[in-house]
Amino acid sequence: MKFAKIIYAMLCKDFKAEFRRKEILSSMLFFSLLIVVIINVTLNINKDILFENFTGLMWIVFLFTGVLGINRSFINERINDSYLGINLAVGESSIILVSKAVSNLAFIGIVQTIVIPLFFILFSVKWPQNAFLFLLVNFLGTTGFVFLGTFLSVLTINTNSEILLPIVLFPLLLPLVLAVVQASNLILKGAPLQLWGHWLGLILVFDFLYTLVPILLFDFVVEV
Amino acid sequence: MYQISNITKNVSSKKILNNISMQIYPGELTVVVGENGAGKSTLLKILALLEKPSSGNVIVDEINTLKSSNKVKPHLGVLAHKSFLYENLTVYENLEFYGQLYRINNLKERIYELISDVGLELVLHEPVYILSRGMQQRLAIARALIHDPSYVLLDEPQTGLDQDAVEILYNLLGNLKEEGKGIVVVTHHFDNLIELCDKLLVLKKGQQVYYEHVSISPTKAKEIYMSLAARR
Amino acid sequence: MGKKWGYILGIITLLTIIAANYLIFIWVPAEKVMGIVQKIFYFHVAAAWVGFLAFFIVFISSIKYLLTFNEKWDWYSAASAEIGFVFMSIVLATGSIWGRAFWGHWWTWDPRLTTSLILWFIYAAYLLLRSGITLEGRRARYSAVLGIIGFIDVPIVWFSVRWWRTVHPNLMESGKMAITTKMSITLSLSVMAFTLLYAFLLPRVVKLYQLDCTIQKTKDVIIRNL
Repeated sequence: MKFAKIIYAMLCKDFKAEFRRKEILSSMLFFSLLIVVIINVTLNINKDILFENFTGLMWIVFLFTGVLGINRSFINERINDSYLGINLAVGESSIILVSKAVSNLAFIGIVQTIVIPLFFILFSVKWPQNAFLFLLVNFLGTTGFVFLGTFLSVLTINTNSEILLPIVLFPLLLPLVLAVVQASNLILKGAPLQLWGHWLGLILVFDFLYTLVPILLFDFVVEV
Repeated sequence: MYQISNITKNVSSKKILNNISMQIYPGELTVVVGENGAGKSTLLKILALLEKPSSGNVIVDEINTLKSSNKVKPHLGVLAHKSFLYENLTVYENLEFYGQLYRINNLKERIYELISDVGLELVLHEPVYILSRGMQQRLAIARALIHDPSYVLLDEPQTGLDQDAVEILYNLLGNLKEEGKGIVVVTHHFDNLIELCDKLLVLKKGQQVYYEHVSISPTKAKEIYMSLAARR
Repeated sequence: MGKKWGYILGIITLLTIIAANYLIFIWVPAEKVMGIVQKIFYFHVAAAWVGFLAFFIVFISSIKYLLTFNEKWDWYSAASAEIGFVFMSIVLATGSIWGRAFWGHWWTWDPRLTTSLILWFIYAAYLLLRSGITLEGRRARYSAVLGIIGFIDVPIVWFSVRWWRTVHPNLMESGKMAITTKMSITLSLSVMAFTLLYAFLLPRVVKLYQLDCTIQKTKDVIIRNL
């Protein structure tokens, strides 16, 4: 209960800071729109190719936009060493990780809320009947992506090289991306559970593993 | 009582602190002085539980911090080298945030109380990035005190403060002493603190070269201060 | 490790490599279908075995480092990662050549090759992360964390790619290679040779890291006393 209040306080803090400067959210949004435009311009997308690659293209947008947002998120905590202030007040370092991941998830969620419908509209794909399933799988995939990405961003932020985060994150993320894209594609086609259930299982295992292990290892990463 | 014994800190084969011991009693103000690189800031970080010593004990109110630092942290108020503040949030929001983390009751009143103590009423709802260095420092001090800690650890609190703010700080320190807080101030400016100071600890290249209650030999304390000042 | 043992290991390694080469190029007959290019298979599989073994060593050393904070384990992780990266590159190059000979394509997305590619990327990420951090303590800790996380990922990658390829199996794979007894013997010896090579190189690279650390510390002392 105490943790929930703390995470809530940190979320509010992140949102207040973001809406005062509006740096992260707006750049993520415009960047994702830009990638959508580039995809349309560079790729020869006819109806057949499109449907097979629909969720794949969507996830390309999410991956690059997400990394952009995640990279920024810890910067605010480091400017004045605020993460140390939080550690003194709360004791438990992993709360910082969880709350940062949650706020990253919220930001990416906002971007997705705009980009996903946009994709359906722009590419004239019918809104699926089992939209709930589609969005759920997407959400689960995004959760794993954001959690692992947030954790790794703490490692790479010290190198002052913004490109290192995707270099480290993307290879590790491959199974998750594969699973989300395959599963959501099949769901869009209306395929039965047997065909994509194992992908969902993989997503859940991945999410579980890559939420648990970072929390366990986080103490080694924060130097207190 | 806050006690550290035989504290050593090595960082990649550099001995930053060597065999430091001190005791901080409630209501006592200890000043730590030394040249640059003497290890003052590292000592403060260890006292603040922001760093672990390579060897030695840190015991606060009979709790061994190397085993259970989480019990001790709520009782420490720390002003470190960096302010721990969020630039995009207002003065009020910064204090509110930390107040929520420390789970303070009647947070609003507490914030107003602290703000008037440090004299930041006029900028209460301004974002931190527009404040001057001195104002940010005052806010950082307020932040360090928001949870009414038993021990207050300040690293160069006078940095960036103008004359009026320095006076505010000293009044604050005087009040904290009366309230029975144990205070450690790391500083270059020993002179103004002479009246408030109870103990003096002098560090030189990581060694503890002088550690005495000022009343025991006030002249010696003044001598040491003079020699340090002259070297600058 | 004593110098004497080092020399003995070196000689055994050399002999095994020579023996393996003999078996590969002279003793075992070329496979019927592919001809002499098939022989690259022995190098490819042996290198893959070592590449994965090396990462396992990185994993173990990383755990040991986080448990003890003894820098020796960090040296082992880093050394194993360097060697593993080289071997992994050999895997990809030989795999590509073999694929071209066997299936007519320079690259296939089959599970083993894809997993090797991902491991190659993880190695690269590990080494890049290390080169980006200058504080030794932090570098060791962060690398150890990445070593652990990376290793856990490899089996997940393997399964996910396997499932992926069962859905789209056709693209390039067809036909398996017939393995005779002579071929298995040759393969075993090749694997042994490469493993011995790894065991020979590892302590030497570790020594390099150790010397580097000593140099750093000496520099620090000198600078401090200037």
